[in-house]
Amino acid sequence: MSRPAPAVAVRGARWLLWAAGLTVLALSVAVAITIGPADLSVRDVFAVVGQHLGLGDAGVSRIRDGIVWELRLPRTLLAAVCGAGLAICGAIMQSLLRNPLADPFVLGISSGASTGAVTVVVLGVGGGILTLSTGAFIGAVVAFAMVLLLAAGAGGTPDRVVLAGVAATQLFSALTSFVVTSSADAEQTRGVLFWLLGSLSGAGWSDVVTCGTVCVVGLAVCLTLAPALDAFAFGEDAASSLGISVRWVRLLLLVVTALITATLVSAAGAIGFVGLVLPHAARAVVGPGHRLLLPATALIGAIFLVWVDTVARTAFSPQELPVGVVTALVGVPAFAVILYRRRRPA
Amino acid sequence: MSLATRHVSWSIGARRVVDDVTLDVAPGTVVGLLGPNGSGKSSLLRLLAGVRTPSSGQVLLDGEDLARLRRRDVARRIAVVEQHAQTELDLLVSDVVTLGRIPHRSTWAAESEADREAVAQALERVELTSFAGRSWHTLSGGERQRVHIARALAQRPQELLLDEPTNHLDVHHQLDLLSLVRRLEVTSVIALHDLNLAAMFCDRLVVLRDGAVVAAGTPSAVLTPELIADVYRVRAVVTPEGPGGVPSVRFEPGPPLVHRPA
Repeated sequence: MSRPAPAVAVRGARWLLWAAGLTVLALSVAVAITIGPADLSVRDVFAVVGQHLGLGDAGVSRIRDGIVWELRLPRTLLAAVCGAGLAICGAIMQSLLRNPLADPFVLGISSGASTGAVTVVVLGVGGGILTLSTGAFIGAVVAFAMVLLLAAGAGGTPDRVVLAGVAATQLFSALTSFVVTSSADAEQTRGVLFWLLGSLSGAGWSDVVTCGTVCVVGLAVCLTLAPALDAFAFGEDAASSLGISVRWVRLLLLVVTALITATLVSAAGAIGFVGLVLPHAARAVVGPGHRLLLPATALIGAIFLVWVDTVARTAFSPQELPVGVVTALVGVPAFAVILYRRRRPA
Repeated sequence: MSLATRHVSWSIGARRVVDDVTLDVAPGTVVGLLGPNGSGKSSLLRLLAGVRTPSSGQVLLDGEDLARLRRRDVARRIAVVEQHAQTELDLLVSDVVTLGRIPHRSTWAAESEADREAVAQALERVELTSFAGRSWHTLSGGERQRVHIARALAQRPQELLLDEPTNHLDVHHQLDLLSLVRRLEVTSVIALHDLNLAAMFCDRLVVLRDGAVVAAGTPSAVLTPELIADVYRVRAVVTPEGPGGVPSVRFEPGPPLVHRPA
């Protein structure tokens, strides 16, 4: 249960660890791009990227250039961004709600996003002006606002937030099912279902830029609040007596995590279990201090989802699996291990 | 005065949990808060810590209204040891004590030499230096309380507020813990259940009933059979000059001899 060595021993090696982590991420992205039909090499990938960054002509064929630059690179980068963002959100929610099993989906944010997306796609609300992504974003924000109002009305304590989230999840799931079964045709149902389970197949550069910006800004905000997150270890009163403005910090962090989740869900659908499982993995490596935990969580989340999406894309090629299905297949056993390891003598 | 309250009240809904409390805590003293369950001891401590804001009245720290001070500045002055503070995280003892440095550290700064020194001193003060690398969840109740006191000391407070710190500790650890608090060079306010411990370790006692102060003063002035009968509804025999020159209280079965006048 406990970490092997106190921080002192690790301190010197810390920069090395970060460098290694970033290298693994960069290589994962490069290698993941080569996997699949078209027989690309890592050298081709670097050549294409170099060419687009203006580092000279690489002599890679146009088709291959297109596959790397237009299809696989944005998709793989979006996977990395989503993995990082969802994992950070999970880490924040777990600390803030003092619940090791919390993640963005507990708050019903993704259910709200799904309802919003379905409403736009199936019912045609918005008259063609609203896209699926916008619908998802609006749904996520509405769901989150509902959860916060409900929780505030019930006293605003962390367990109330979780209960309000459970209620919202149920409500929005039911609404989604209602819309799909009552109005969608077979074609629409297939499309919506694929998105509901999470998919990075539609990834483009604009998604990468939007999600990447939101995640980087979000991570920066959360890092400035890292000491405050540490202070929540023994609850809100303890945090308050350590000089933290609990209400303000809680509100700010909940809003940031909701915005990150809403943005990611609107781009890639509902990818579960990343936020739940990976923060625990990161804690096992760097310990519970948030100044290290948050970047480590982001890094592990990014690497994880890059590989999971590669599996989802290629395992049953040419048929794609929804990435959420793969994260759940990996995540549920990991979740069981966490539960098992968390048992303590009474 | 270090900490003081002026007509402080605090309500949840229609219920007045703390009712018009005015008290003064002199610097360097140990003040015991007594009273039955639900008499408002914990709530009063939270108001003194500034963790709750009074519905009316003021809490004063060196004459300044606590509600107007920044949370961080308050946390550098006042440290709190809660009753049964628990965590789900896998923290080491040193992690817990280091939390006490949060009010002293700027957002981006890493742990400084001063932080490490404060943590080491705090651990030494509670005699847990060798426990620094132990996991929090492997500690006994008494050890956990001492770790919390170390965390509070790492805050370098001038005021220390403790909410029933001896709960669930055996007699040895109760005495141990309160002697430790007594030796610290801080002003302390301690909520306590045990009247004898209160008499042994406190300079002054404040007795609450239904959120209001019913008695305040030295242990010998406050701990009388009449007051105990009145507040706790039990029969007690008090030896005014007990061991150590402080009152000693023994309870007897049966209804209290003195009834509260209607």
